[in-house]
Amino acid sequence: MEPMAIVSIFVLAVFVGFEVVSKVSSTLHTPLMSGANAIHGVILVGAIIVADHSSTNLELGLAVAAIVLATINMVGGFVVTDRMLEMFKGNKK
Amino acid sequence: MNRTLYDLIGLAAGVAFILALKGLSHPKTARRGNLIGAFGASLATLVVFFYANPDSSLPLNNLGWILGAMVVGLAVGVPAARKVQMTQMPQLVALFNGVGGGAAALVAIVEYLHLGVEATTAEVIFTVFTVIVGCVSFSGSVITFLKLQELMTTRPVIFPAGRFIIAATLASVIGVGGWVVTALGTTPLLVLAALSLLFGVLFVLPVGGADVPIVISLLNAFTGLTVAASGYVLDSVLLIIAGTLVGASGTILTRLMAEAMGRSLFGTLFGAFTAKPQDASGTGEERPVRSGSPDDVAILLNYARRVVIVPGFGLAVAQAQHTVRELADMMIAKGIDVAYGIHPVAGRMPGHMNVLLAEANVPYEQLAEMDEVNPTFGQTDVAIVIGANDVVNPAAQTSPGCPIYGMPILEVNQAANIIFLKRSMRPGFAGIENELLYDPKTMLLFGDAKASLTKVVSALKAL
Repeated sequence: MEPMAIVSIFVLAVFVGFEVVSKVSSTLHTPLMSGANAIHGVILVGAIIVADHSSTNLELGLAVAAIVLATINMVGGFVVTDRMLEMFKGNKK
Repeated sequence: MNRTLYDLIGLAAGVAFILALKGLSHPKTARRGNLIGAFGASLATLVVFFYANPDSSLPLNNLGWILGAMVVGLAVGVPAARKVQMTQMPQLVALFNGVGGGAAALVAIVEYLHLGVEATTAEVIFTVFTVIVGCVSFSGSVITFLKLQELMTTRPVIFPAGRFIIAATLASVIGVGGWVVTALGTTPLLVLAALSLLFGVLFVLPVGGADVPIVISLLNAFTGLTVAASGYVLDSVLLIIAGTLVGASGTILTRLMAEAMGRSLFGTLFGAFTAKPQDASGTGEERPVRSGSPDDVAILLNYARRVVIVPGFGLAVAQAQHTVRELADMMIAKGIDVAYGIHPVAGRMPGHMNVLLAEANVPYEQLAEMDEVNPTFGQTDVAIVIGANDVVNPAAQTSPGCPIYGMPILEVNQAANIIFLKRSMRPGFAGIENELLYDPKTMLLFGDAKASLTKVVSALKAL
C-alpha cells in the first residue's frame, strides 16, 4: 500500500480514537479499557493470515500459538466486558 | 472473494470498532457498544477465512491447525471470562491484554521468518517495533497480574542501582533492535524478544499500589500500537485501524485514569527510572487504637442523622455488597440520610465499586462521586469505611513524599465519627500507614466485612 495512504489512515485513526473517549465518567474506565482490550484481539486476523502462509514447522507452531493467545484475548475480552456491563442493568429501574 | 469486497468488509469492521468505543463511553449505550465491537471482530475473523492470502485460493492452508487453535483459545478464554469473580476482573483484563501483546509479537516473528531476506527495511523496522512492544506488554501484564492477584508483593519492588539496570536493558533493547534491522537474522530477533521480555518485567516491578491500573491501561494502549504495526507488515488496513484506535483511545484513557488518581502520567511512566527507596514509614511500632463491638457501631448509627458509606476493596473481597445494602436500607427506613461515597479508584480499578454496588441493586441516586460527597463530610455524623484505606488516607494531603501524595481522597476525617471495618491493621494496597486509624474519633471493627456488617445489622434490628 502507498506509504502516504497508510500515514493518513494512521493519523485519522489516532484522532478518532482521541475524540471518542475524551469525555467518559470514571465509572466506565474499567469496562472501556476492557472493551478496547478485546478490540485489539483482532490480531487474530493477523495470526490466521500468517498461519495460512507458514512454510516451516517452526512458523506454523508459532502461528498456532499466536492464534490461541489472540482468540483468548478477543473472545475472553468481549465476554468479560459484557459481564461487567451486565451489572449496570440494575440501575435502570 | 475479490480484494475490494474484502477491504470493504474490513472497513465495516473498523467502523464497528469506532462505534463500539463510542458506545462504551456512555452508561446507557455501553453494553450495546461492546456487542457492536464483538460483531465487528467476528465479522473480521470470518471474512479472513475467505481471503487470507492474495496468492492462494480457498481453502486456507493449515485450516485444521487454525480451527483447532481457535477452539483451544475459546475453551480457555470463555470459561475464564465467565467464571471470574468480580474482585478478580482487573487482573483477568491484564492477562487478556498480555496474551494479546504476546500474539502480536508472535505474528511479527512468524512474518519475519517467512519473509526472510525479502523483507523491506520498513517492514523490518515495524517488525522490530512489534516484537519489542508486544513482548514488553506480555511480560509487563503478567507482572501486573501477579501483583493484583497478590501472588507477589503489591509494593513497588526497587533494587539497588535498579534504574541503571533498567536503563541499560532499554539501551540494549534498542541496540539489538538496530542489529536486527541491519543483520537480518533469526538469532538477533530472538535475543531482541528475550531482552524485551526482561525489560517488561523491570519496567513494571517498581510500580506499586494505586499505579498498577494505570500501567495496565498503558500496556493496553501499547498492545493496540503493536497490532497497528503488524497491520502494516501484513498489509491489512483493518489491523491498522483497530490497533491505532485502541492505541489512541487507550492513551487518552490512561491519562484520564491518572488524572482521576491525581498521579502524573510522566511519573508513572518513568517511575522505573527515577524510583528511590521509600521513606521507612509505618515501621510497625505499636500504637493504641480504639476498637469497638458491632453493638457500639449500631448505636452510633441509630442516632446519626447523616451517614456516608465508603466502600473499598475489602467490600469486594468479602462479597458484602448485599449486606451493606441491607444495612443502608434499614438506616433509610429509620429516616437517616444515607449516601455511598465513591472514590474514583476505590477497589482495584476505576468504577470497581459502582459495578459491585449495582450488582446489589443499590439505587444510582445513592451513589455520590467524590466531588459531590466531600463538601458534605462536615455535616456527616458517621462515615463507615468498609475495607478501604488509601482512598481516605489524609497522608495524601498532608505528607509530601509519601507515595500517594497528591491523590484526591474522600475527606472522611471531617466527619464527626469514623468507623473502619478492617480485617487487620495491615496497611492498604499502596502499603502506607494510615494516621486516621489512630484518630480519637475513629472506631475500628475488626473482622471480615460481611460478617461484621451482618452483626451490625442484627444489632441495629435489636435496638
